[in-house]
This record gives sequence, C-alpha cells and structure tokens, in this order.
Amino acid sequence: MSLDRATVRRIATLARIRVEEDEIPRLQNELNGIIGWIEQLNEVNVEGVEPLTGAAHMALKMREDVVSDGGYPEKVLANAPDRAGPFFAVPKVVE
Amino acid sequence: MLTDLTIAQARDGLRAGTFSAEDLTLAHLHAIEALNPRLNAYITVCHALAMDQARAADAALARGEARSLTGIPLAIKDLFCTEGVRTTAGSRILGPFVPPYESTVTANLLRDGAIFLGKTNMDEFAMGSSNMSSAYGPVENPWKRRQDAKAVLVPGGSSGGSAAAVAARLAMGGTGTDTGGSIRQPASFCGIVGVKPTYGRCSRWGVVAFASSLDHPGPFARTVEDCAILLGSMAGHDPKDSTSADMPVPDFAAACARGVKGLRIGVPREYRVDGMPAETEVAWQQGLAWLREAGAETVEISTPHRKYALPAYYIIAPAEASSNLARYDGVRFGLRTDGEDLRDLYERTRASGFGIEVRRRILVGTYVLSTGYYDAYYLRAQKVRALILRDFTEAFVHVDALLTPTAPSAPFAQGEKMDDPVQMYLNDEFTVPADLAGVPAISVPGGLDANGLPIGLQVIGKPFDEETVFSVGAALERAAGFDALPALRAGA
Repeated sequence: MSLDRATVRRIATLARIRVEEDEIPRLQNELNGIIGWIEQLNEVNVEGVEPLTGAAHMALKMREDVVSDGGYPEKVLANAPDRAGPFFAVPKVVE
Repeated sequence: MLTDLTIAQARDGLRAGTFSAEDLTLAHLHAIEALNPRLNAYITVCHALAMDQARAADAALARGEARSLTGIPLAIKDLFCTEGVRTTAGSRILGPFVPPYESTVTANLLRDGAIFLGKTNMDEFAMGSSNMSSAYGPVENPWKRRQDAKAVLVPGGSSGGSAAAVAARLAMGGTGTDTGGSIRQPASFCGIVGVKPTYGRCSRWGVVAFASSLDHPGPFARTVEDCAILLGSMAGHDPKDSTSADMPVPDFAAACARGVKGLRIGVPREYRVDGMPAETEVAWQQGLAWLREAGAETVEISTPHRKYALPAYYIIAPAEASSNLARYDGVRFGLRTDGEDLRDLYERTRASGFGIEVRRRILVGTYVLSTGYYDAYYLRAQKVRALILRDFTEAFVHVDALLTPTAPSAPFAQGEKMDDPVQMYLNDEFTVPADLAGVPAISVPGGLDANGLPIGLQVIGKPFDEETVFSVGAALERAAGFDALPALRAGA
C-alpha cells in the first residue's frame, strides 16, 4: 500500500491540519516509510483472535449516571483564546 | 551533600531534625539554578511555590504529622496538570495553558507532603524517545562519553527532563508517563531507576492524554526503594478514571527487601536482536548470574510475537492520539492561530501548534482509522496486541518475572537517529510489549558500557504484581552496586 499525494491531502483534511503543497513530498515519503514498516504485521496469523482494546486487567466499573461536577464557568473559560461573556467565541460560521 | 541523599535517607534526616525541608528544597533550587540553563531539564521552575510547600512541610514535621513524602522535593513531568502552574505537554499548542485543576497522581503526592520543584521537559505530547521533539528545546543527558566528552547525548524520552533532573541531582525523584517506554528508556539512558506499574495502578485523570489504553504514570528515582516509596503515594483507586484499579495498594517498599530466593526468572530469547551492542548482552547475562547467585532460577522462554509489538504499537498509539488530540482546536484552551473561517482556524492552529512528529503521528492515526483501512491496520493491530498479551500470560504460567535489557542501545547523541522516524521508534523495541499488555516493569542500572554510559536492565512482572518486580529490581541493584555518577551533577 503506497500513499499518493491525494491520500496525504485527504488525511490531512480529515485531521484538520493545514499542509502546504511543498510539504507533501516529504510527508508522503515518511508516511510510506512508516506504513511500509508496519505492514510486517501481515505475517502474523490472527485467525480466530479476538481484538484487544485495552490493557486493563479488570472489568470496567459502572457508576451512577448523575451530574457530579461542574458549576464553575469561569474556571472552564479561564484558558479560552477568545470569549464573549460566558461563551467560547469563534469566527462567524453562518452568514 | 543534601542533593546526593536518597528519598529514604532524606526522610530520616527530616524526621530527626538534621536538616529542614527548607534546607533540602533550597539545595535543589540552587542546583537547578546552576545546571538547568545547560541541561534544560525543567521547562518551568516553581521557586516560590516550592518554598511555600517546604515551609508547610517543616510545620507538619514540627507537629509530628509527617506523611510518606513530607519535605521531599520532586520533579513533575509537564504532562501532569498542576493547578495554577502552566502545563505544556512539551507543545507550543499548550504554551498558554494553566490548568484550573490538579491531576490525581500529583494531588496524591501533595497529600503525602511532597514538594514540587517544577515541571520537566519532555518530547511533545510524550511522542519521542530522545526529548528532541520538545517545543521547549532538547534536554542534555548529564552522562558523558569517556572518549568524547564534548558530544551532547540525549536523555531518552519522552520523560527525558525528569530522568535527567533526577540523575543530575536536580530532584530526589520525579514523575513520568510510559506509553511505549517513556519512563524505562530514559531511566536506562540516565542511569537511574524508573517504574511503569500495571495499567490501572495510577490514575490517568489530569494527565494530558496521548494514547489512553497505553498511558501509564509512574515514578523515577535513584534507588529501587525510592521508586517504591513514590509509587506507594502515586497509586490508588480513582473514580475519575474508569480504568483505575479498585485494589489495595501493597507496601511496595517492603517488597524491596524480600529477596529472590526460589523465584523463577524467564529469559525471553526474542529480546536478542541484530545490531544489539555486545555490552548489552554481557550486562543481561551478568544480571541473570546475579539473580542465580541470589537464589533465583533462570529459565529460557519464548515470547514469539515480541518483534510485532512495535509495529502494532505504531498503529494503536497514533490511532488513539489522533482521536485524543482532536481536542486541540484553538477554541477552548491553548494556542489559536486565526484563519479565514472556523475550519481554516482549526487547520492553521493545528499546523502551527503541533510539531513535526506529532503531526506525523496524527496523520498516521487518521489514515489507519479511515474508511477502508480500519480492518487492515487498526483491527489487525488489536489482534496482534492480544497475541502479545497471550505471550506474557503463557510465560507467567512458568515464571514469576522476566529479565531483559531495557533498550537495545546506549544513549546516542543529539542529531543522531533523526533522519528516519522508524530508526527512532526502534529505541522502544523492548519496552513496548509491557505497555501493550499492561504488565508492570522496572528499569534498573546494570552496568556501564565501554564509553562509561549506563545500561539498564528491565524486569517485567505479572499484572498487579509490582511487589515481585520491586524484589527482583532491588536484588539486581544490591548485586550491581552501581555507584558510577554522571559527569554533570549538583556539586560536581
């Protein structure tokens, strides 16, 4: 599997990372190097093996579905790059 | 020198009144002042805060209310959120971030009386094995090559700042996180002890997320016992982390004195790789001989999927990272770079805020999770992960712990292994399997190579059996009598 220019552009768009045209060849080269190396996993027989999603050697606990935190908008907004009153502010998204 | 004491010794001195927490903290702050401009181990030094904490510790000592870490100055990896203290994760994108809350692990350390000297340097978002990807500059390893003292070596990564700080006596101990080896590999490179406990032993709450199913907070110190003391404070159930283990925390420090008589130690043959320096093999064999002399039996075993752990990791970790790092959008916290519209703002913020390695891993993660590739890459990697856990589970039917080298190479120089990302990834070959399986492991200094650089030995144990890991680690430490010192250190 080899990533072409268009694929690199597509995944950069999916990842919401701006990539300049002149960065693409280098990225393409590095990503192909990594993906090519990863493909050695195709040697492994995984037939009938259940995928392992995590390393926790126990069952996840259930908890009450209740509000247990909150009520401090100033703390929540303290690191906002831009705000308008008790809201996060972003550039206009509707005309 | 106060900065040369172990945590256990300093506790005794504080309780006996031989010196105060203020004396001890000031000695470390002076050492930081003298050496940090060169080592760059700390991103943020908390002088005033540390002195306030030291005075509070002295008051507690005077009242006879000392807890397990009262008055002990520590270095905190800049991935742990600390209330009111800037937390960058080594990234530009979190440059302006001051958490309004305290991570559970650091809150536990504060509860037990620890003093925080500052926040330590690290590879950006913990992605790296050399500390070269930090947005706040590289860290210099305090160790020097005997023949080439001018070369600036890397401290390993990603927790390179904490490891260098503890090795150079700029802290008595510290915190790190280990996702693919980020505690054990820098511990090995800096000639100190580092522990990655069982997944779930230390809460991840308030630790900036990299790959949630792999992120393990853990301690650094200069002795095995000191790591046991630190882990005893850091560990414990936390309802705020759904993967936190609701299990009692054993007396890890007591386990250090247990000895290894009658234990069976597995020697997995797959940890012998092409190009591994002969000295690493010699240190490994020496470690096995020490354990036999101490009464353990060593047994050749096989973990046949070991070589597939690293490529599986480089699917799973970037996949989780691409999802976790979606939160950095320039809206709620962190850096913002303005754009023509909201989408342009996201794209420019993330392009300017993330460094090259982080962008690379987000792209790999996005690719392996994208439609049409999910089964071929991500699902297959999760199945391989199951096989890696099975290798350990089967090994632990026959043995109590495994002994391996921590890293395939000695510390390298800044600028080396930088051209090909995969060459850098290979640093974590021996540490990644324990992260994927969630089993506990320690790195202990086992000796020096011909250049006079430290070589780490790794002990891997059963889930939630850190006690055996500590007992084997402490036995190695006693036999090794490792007393070599880094060239750059406080008072040198």
